[in-house]
Amino acid sequence: MGQTITVTVNGTAHTAEVDPRTLLVHFLREQLTLTGTHIGCDTSTCGCCTVHLDGEPVLSCSVLAVQADGCAVRTVEGLAEGGELHPIQQAFHENHGLQCGFCTPGMMMTGLGVIEQNPNAADEEIREALEGNLCRCTGYQNIVAAVRSAADQMARS
Amino acid sequence: MIPSTLEYTKATSIDEAIAAVQAGARPLAGGQSLVPMMRLRLAAPGAVVDLGGVAELVGVCEDGDEIAVGAMTTHRAVAADPLIGEHCRLVAQAASGVGSLVIRSRGTIGGSLAHADPHGDLPAAILAAGGSVVARGPGGERRIEIGDLVTSYLTTSLADDEIITQVRLPKGNAQSAYAKFHRRAIDWSIVGVGVAIGADGVRAAATGVADRPTRLAGFEAAVNGGGSIAEAAAAAGEGLDPTSDLDGSAEYKRHLVGVLAQRAYLEAQG
Repeated sequence: MGQTITVTVNGTAHTAEVDPRTLLVHFLREQLTLTGTHIGCDTSTCGCCTVHLDGEPVLSCSVLAVQADGCAVRTVEGLAEGGELHPIQQAFHENHGLQCGFCTPGMMMTGLGVIEQNPNAADEEIREALEGNLCRCTGYQNIVAAVRSAADQMARS
Repeated sequence: MIPSTLEYTKATSIDEAIAAVQAGARPLAGGQSLVPMMRLRLAAPGAVVDLGGVAELVGVCEDGDEIAVGAMTTHRAVAADPLIGEHCRLVAQAASGVGSLVIRSRGTIGGSLAHADPHGDLPAAILAAGGSVVARGPGGERRIEIGDLVTSYLTTSLADDEIITQVRLPKGNAQSAYAKFHRRAIDWSIVGVGVAIGADGVRAAATGVADRPTRLAGFEAAVNGGGSIAEAAAAAGEGLDPTSDLDGSAEYKRHLVGVLAQRAYLEAQG
């Protein structure tokens, strides 16, 4: 028993039929094959599946796809433009903000969700904002440094 | 995991939402508790009505001696709201500590109260602030004090066909604070305590010590009776019978109540 929804993902409107119980993350990964958004925990703990829903960073595992009907979603695939890395991607690259990379899409989307609203966010605010995103490799120092560096870069440009 | 089969409708007005609830749908607010519960199959509501399209449920405004907070206002918005920050600081503070940013971006004040988790921060903070909710059903609206709203674990006095439309926060709680203790940043509070220093004296309430948010009668009596903060903290756990569990023993939790009540009180004094 499908329901038709239209979701604008990374600037492109997608109209699709979904089962109402479909989670947004499954819609993105399986129906739109945007697999950059990861599933890490199934318990709202890890933050891997973070995407922007109408500009707000949210857990796409805790939103039904039907709830996103009429909304704009931005995923990690929507960051780079014309082959140019987004400043936050460049900053993760330059600051060695990742090792295995599994948590990285969520880290970037959450980090961006903070610094887009407040480019002057203090390091403490960045750390607090990332408290719902788990990384088992890096120890977080370089992730915070990357978000800080991206904020500075975005404030300059 | 994937939730059970589900019928979904999205309401665009409170009346539409109530009609759906009357027909048996479960209200879906921010979904930060309900969707995870559905995902783990701890809840299988069959039908939900999404309140996310009801514009009149969102926003904060002054109304006489109170601040009216739309039930669908997110924790992130409550935490950043200047009116709540000025007049009811402990509620903004409690909202700023719920879950993590990605949960606060979606989770709502009304949803948090209707869900009534015994470790929720907002019910205790709003109880200490002397707040209430406006509930609306087919028969009209009524006010429910927070102390009368939560009746047990995940259980409220809302009728099956009622939804919370507003949270009402009394002004005069500028001198207030919320202190909590949890093991990881994103965990529920093991214990949390809100303290408000108002014109009629000090009110304090805790989460995590019973099946519902609980006023700290011992702490209030001591501090309002001119006792020292140390005496009040020592009396904070009086009459409480928290559950011993993996988070700690009952004795440990009673100790936490005293520590956190003192911490919140000192912060509220400024």
